[in-house]
Amino acid sequence: MSIRISKEACVGCLACTRVCPGSLIKEKDGKAVIKYPRDCWGCASCVKACRFGAIDFYLGADMGGNGTVMNVSAEGAVLLWKITRPGGAVRIIEVNGKNSNKY
Amino acid sequence: MSIRLKREVLTADVLIIGGGTAGCFAALTLSENSELKVIIAEKAGIRRSGCLAAGVNAINAYITEGQTAEDYVDYAMKDAAGIAREDLLLSAARRFNKVTADLERLGLVILKDEKGNYVTRGKRNIKINGENIKPILADAVLQAPNVTVLEHVTITDLLIDNNEVKGAVGFHMEEHIAYEIQAPAVIVSTGGAAGLYKPNNPGFSRHKMWYPPFNTGAGYAMGMKAGAEMTSFEMRFIALRCKDTIAPTGTIAQGVRAKQVNSKGEVYEEKYGITTSERVYGTVRENHLGNGPCYLHTEGIDKGTEEDLLKAYLNMAPSQTLKWLQNDRTPGKEDVEIAGTEPYIVGGHTASGYWINTNRETTVKGLYAAGDVAGGCPQKYVTGALAEGEIAALDIIKKGRGVEITDQTSFVADEKIREYESILNSTEAFFSAEELEEAMQKVMDEYAGGISTNYQFNEKQLMLGEEKIVEITELTKDLNASDMHELMFVYELKERLIVCRSVIAHLGFRKETRWHSFQENLDFPGPDEKYRKFVNSTLKDGTFILKLRDIGKEIRYEHTDF
Repeated sequence: MSIRISKEACVGCLACTRVCPGSLIKEKDGKAVIKYPRDCWGCASCVKACRFGAIDFYLGADMGGNGTVMNVSAEGAVLLWKITRPGGAVRIIEVNGKNSNKY
Repeated sequence: MSIRLKREVLTADVLIIGGGTAGCFAALTLSENSELKVIIAEKAGIRRSGCLAAGVNAINAYITEGQTAEDYVDYAMKDAAGIAREDLLLSAARRFNKVTADLERLGLVILKDEKGNYVTRGKRNIKINGENIKPILADAVLQAPNVTVLEHVTITDLLIDNNEVKGAVGFHMEEHIAYEIQAPAVIVSTGGAAGLYKPNNPGFSRHKMWYPPFNTGAGYAMGMKAGAEMTSFEMRFIALRCKDTIAPTGTIAQGVRAKQVNSKGEVYEEKYGITTSERVYGTVRENHLGNGPCYLHTEGIDKGTEEDLLKAYLNMAPSQTLKWLQNDRTPGKEDVEIAGTEPYIVGGHTASGYWINTNRETTVKGLYAAGDVAGGCPQKYVTGALAEGEIAALDIIKKGRGVEITDQTSFVADEKIREYESILNSTEAFFSAEELEEAMQKVMDEYAGGISTNYQFNEKQLMLGEEKIVEITELTKDLNASDMHELMFVYELKERLIVCRSVIAHLGFRKETRWHSFQENLDFPGPDEKYRKFVNSTLKDGTFILKLRDIGKEIRYEHTDF
């Protein structure tokens, strides 16, 4: 379980460094980097905080991960979760924050 | 050039250590009801720190229509096989609905039926959209008057004088700053302890665990070092979770009424009982008997239900949704494999933690405990943590103790800060904190009832475990740190080692098996009425002194006899 931060997409706003509950993301040369990738809890706080789509999270191989990545963007109260498989196939799931879970 | 830390001395009326669920709510209560000056010291950023980082999708401690607070107490007492405090449970339960209404006012979305009533999930749960529950709480705290939040500041020790709290000492995780924070009232709300035992995913994904891996038992350790009495560290918590992702199972079990089945398709849960520990035990037994793997039977659920489950998990454990979708093995197509986690110490689920009075004050004067760090009140969950933060805050306001400002770095704090500096300046370390952490987790796993021994242990194993943990503790004296974050790793390891020693001492003192899996002593495989008591401990001159304390409605749990 960990995250990848795209150097190209990261603008260096460092929003992710402020929300990581383990303070695992640090600034390096004006960009955010995950300093301790093995210490990631997988809470996705950083993925939600990034407004530039620069952070993906993925399942480690030891969790059965196959290289599929997930990120999330917000449109008002709606979170759009985007799952991209290794071949490029994309699935988007919308979760409206104003609606509650049924389960 | 040797590193010198800049020293900052801060003063407050109330210091809150840990800005999670309980800490944030205590700060809000203090801010709304008093003029007291509050400092929250939080080792991460408060918007997503603590247990609620990823969100929760139900309020699991709520008094639904037709139920009473007393019913909740009965349920929790039974689930804990009698080892719980009725006074604490009742005072928390009476506030469950009030604090839920407070959260709704702050912006939490709660599912309602057409009449406007909350939709329940069983007798004690209501359905919410809790993805943003922590930002909601944190935003309120950041706007609250008289509250200062110190982020990325970790506290290592309490300052105590004559069994009275005077403040705490710690350091900044990024900058070369040490803090002495003086306060006549301190609320510890650091959460419980993860990372004591070898985890389910011991490799790359070692932190993909149930409980926050950043909750390292700091609050327990600082209390023990301060001489505070602790309770029930033998009552470990083991969660039944979705395998690999360690995501919650309750949403599937209660939400879609999925049964626990073994690989032969047999429903086994009734065979072993349905208390929290029995559900774990049943799964362990079925695996042991060769009937594994075990599953939650979801195959065949309809598309709409499946879609809702995918969304529900995105709101609290997104890795599970990712796992389902990455190769299209969704819950409607395949049952969900389940497993027990490694054991944790967590007072929100079991009774482990500080021994407190009804007002949540510990046995150290002026020191309060709230949330997972506070003992005696199992199954309090999120609303219980909020309630305890509120109860502690209201008692502090009632007592109205004034601040005693000295503005001088105290001798004890000074000594501690020099210890930080010496670790930062040391260059000779044979082992790293990471290596010793792995060694500790291996010892706990093999000798103190971890996953590899089906959570069982005997006295001989515990004795060996204690010996080995003491040896590892000795090795921590030589640890060094190249930066402030690593300095925190060193202290987190030391905290965990103290908690490990306490767990082993408590496990050995209860000469019975009170709960399967949670505390399963193979030398004493059954329950013994003699032990229908609390096991409590205090750390004195480096040794844990243990004793039994009576349980019962008629008992007043005051601190006068400490």
